[in-house]
Amino acid sequence: MGEKISFVLNGANVSLETEPMRRLLDVLREDFGLTGSKEGCGEGECGACAVLVDGRLINSCLMPVLAVQGKRVVTIEGFRETARFHALSGSFDRAGAVQCGFCTPGMLLAAEALLTDNPDPTEEDIRGALSGNLCRCTGYTAIVEAIRNAAREGEGLWP
Amino acid sequence: MKPITEAANRLDFEDKITGAARYCADIRMEGMLFAKTLRATVARAWIRAIHIPPLPSGMAVIDWRDIPGKNAVPIVTDDQPFLAENCVNYVGEPILLAVGPDRAETASFIRQIVVEYEERKPILTLEEAMGRDGDFISGNQPWFASYGYDKGDLEGAMRRAARCVADTFTTGYQEQAYLEPQGMVASFEDGVITVRGSMQCPYYIVDALKNALGWETDRIRVIQLPTGGGFGGKEEYPSIPAVHAALAAIKTGKPVQLVFDRKEDILCTTKRHPSQITIKSYLDAEGNILARDIDVAADGGAYAGLSSVVLQRMIYSIGGVYRVENLRIHGRVYATNKAVSGAFRGFGGPQAFFAMETHMEHIARQTGMDSVQLRQRHFLRQEDSTSTGGHLRSPVPLHEMTDLALRLSDYYRKREQPNTDSGKLRGIGCSVFFHGCGFTGSGEQDLIRPRVRLRKDVDGIVHVLASSAEIGQGAMTTLSKIVARTLSIPLSQVRYEYPDTKVCPDSGPTVASRSVLVVGKLLLQAGLEMKKRWSEKAFETEARFTYPKGFSWDKENHQGDAYLEYSWGANVVEVELDPVTCDYKIKGVWAVYDAGTPIDKKIVAGQVEGGMAQGLGYGGMENLEYADGKPVQVSFTDYILPTSLDLPPVTFRLVDNESVLGPYGARGLGELTLVGAAPALAAAIENATGRPVNRLPLTPEYLLEVMNGG
Repeated sequence: MGEKISFVLNGANVSLETEPMRRLLDVLREDFGLTGSKEGCGEGECGACAVLVDGRLINSCLMPVLAVQGKRVVTIEGFRETARFHALSGSFDRAGAVQCGFCTPGMLLAAEALLTDNPDPTEEDIRGALSGNLCRCTGYTAIVEAIRNAAREGEGLWP
Repeated sequence: MKPITEAANRLDFEDKITGAARYCADIRMEGMLFAKTLRATVARAWIRAIHIPPLPSGMAVIDWRDIPGKNAVPIVTDDQPFLAENCVNYVGEPILLAVGPDRAETASFIRQIVVEYEERKPILTLEEAMGRDGDFISGNQPWFASYGYDKGDLEGAMRRAARCVADTFTTGYQEQAYLEPQGMVASFEDGVITVRGSMQCPYYIVDALKNALGWETDRIRVIQLPTGGGFGGKEEYPSIPAVHAALAAIKTGKPVQLVFDRKEDILCTTKRHPSQITIKSYLDAEGNILARDIDVAADGGAYAGLSSVVLQRMIYSIGGVYRVENLRIHGRVYATNKAVSGAFRGFGGPQAFFAMETHMEHIARQTGMDSVQLRQRHFLRQEDSTSTGGHLRSPVPLHEMTDLALRLSDYYRKREQPNTDSGKLRGIGCSVFFHGCGFTGSGEQDLIRPRVRLRKDVDGIVHVLASSAEIGQGAMTTLSKIVARTLSIPLSQVRYEYPDTKVCPDSGPTVASRSVLVVGKLLLQAGLEMKKRWSEKAFETEARFTYPKGFSWDKENHQGDAYLEYSWGANVVEVELDPVTCDYKIKGVWAVYDAGTPIDKKIVAGQVEGGMAQGLGYGGMENLEYADGKPVQVSFTDYILPTSLDLPPVTFRLVDNESVLGPYGARGLGELTLVGAAPALAAAIENATGRPVNRLPLTPEYLLEVMNGG
């Protein structure tokens, strides 16, 4: 049943022998101990498990590990080492955009995916980009503000 | 020194923003087993037999016979078993657990177990419960609790009245939908059971373990883990999975993790009580409200849980913010064969204020008055007596707050010109409301007598020892700020760890908008004591709650000060509604609150914005129904939560009205922010459509019925 899957995880080449239909979320959490990606619903509705695959935001609970063969996967554990993370982290702190924290890693990666595509988003753009990430604590306002401020202040980070 | 209100850096920020915070499902321990629960698939039945396949090696099954103590969840009454014995009373009720080293195999083993039921006639709706005359779920009547109280002379006022306006309102379920599902991990070492997990009330779990195990407190330890939201859903419910995980850990001698998936969580955990509320208001010829006769019915689900306490808050809130001297208020919470209704931010208040505020709109509509003026004419004032005869000691700034909310939203201009050129209907509406802070009546004194301690180390670091749980609301930061301010030390010199019952005294549960008002005040007192002795090297101080002088509460007769403090609110919501589909968009939200002096303005803003979102979700889109004893919506695919596209930013203001009781003038805020959203939304929709509504949630489907005269 096992199949060899190789991909780039947070900048490092990794490979593992596993059942190819396992959820990427489980592989990240169980095989690599990367527990920053959370399971909130298990069916792609909440975005707490969101990671970047070749720069695109995907829900890792819906993606079989087979699908990342040869691709670049970035989780919060990798993203937190970047300058972009630090810009977003600062603006999330100032805006009060973190409460229970369970949606936070997914929100940050959604912000990164948005700003990579569109370094100068309108509020509308930001709200659209976050619409697949549920937050039950903040009402989204502080998160939207944080992303707008990061875009404004993080000049040159998202060219 | 900066004002305390200035925003501080959240103490839990770094841990959460980096993804490093370890929530329950992130915990791994040597030899840990995974637990899965077998749950009832029928609403009401005798269990005749359970067929369990041969156990694979390394797996174990835990059922009620593994409970050495009492098989009863200790809440208000003890009617609810931890694990079903010979009968089940709702779909989702836990029957047994399997544990094993592989999560998928354990789940698959559970699916192979066959339960033989002898089904009984269930009670599936509030109406069925009200009409039931035998074969009750609990005791000798169809309800868990029945309360009533009067004020003044209803009969006399009815005789003087020129007219009566009557309404009946119904409200549905709401699911807390914290993003992190329920989870616990238990380990058993050296005769001590340790349970870690997602929770609001570590000492509720201590009590539950004492009951189930029959052990003394010295063999029980409960530690909160980072908790991905609670909203009341992690008040009383976590006692059940905590005991389950503990039983499995004790039986197997290995650490056991029990984490729900989302469907399981929605299926079996507590939700907001559905309600049916009838209000009859008696008016004189000038439109003054002389009297009201109010009947509240709530759907409590299969076991009593916290229903009696929720009902109390419903009947103490249902009078609204109005001075009406003649009242008869009656309430019952009924038993039905559905998941247990329980604590949810607002705790009975949202149903009550939706009913009362919408009723005020209907009185205005039927008598040709302006609904704001009708409210203003009857607003409670300082020194007035509440519906229970309590004394309003502090200023009640309802006029100022309402005027401000109306001005910010340009209410009157929009109210009078509801239609737009685009063919859409526009409407605007307001609500005025309160939330009583702390336990009902003298409960702080009678039920918990909360305690806190502060410990100063030789290095000058001060540790806060309290059982208040950080669940996202900012308790850690807010309470630490109170300590830092009292001691005149920087916040960085204060430590607030997730509560561990081995070191933290019982400062009560993290509920009832009591953390700042009650626990914060105790920390201030312990801080003042520490400050006096500051030159000492390492020592502890303690403070314990005492019921404030001049307050009184008669629980039997529902008379006196129902709450220690009142926080006030005024909300305005504007909508744009498509008359063809009845789909609508919320165009603006304005809010004014009086929660005393905010301890941290950034955290307060988070409570306002989040509470409003959850309240608008309750009012509009969050629909959870039961059919044939099963919830129809059990996932985020069909139980629809507000997304970033559904809500505009909230424009809000706080009025300056210091609390006398609370620390640094602060009162409770967390629940208040949810309570007024649904009635303001309802008033806006009525303004847009010109039709009265009487039901929550206000889904487009329901509004189509309303528009078609249904």
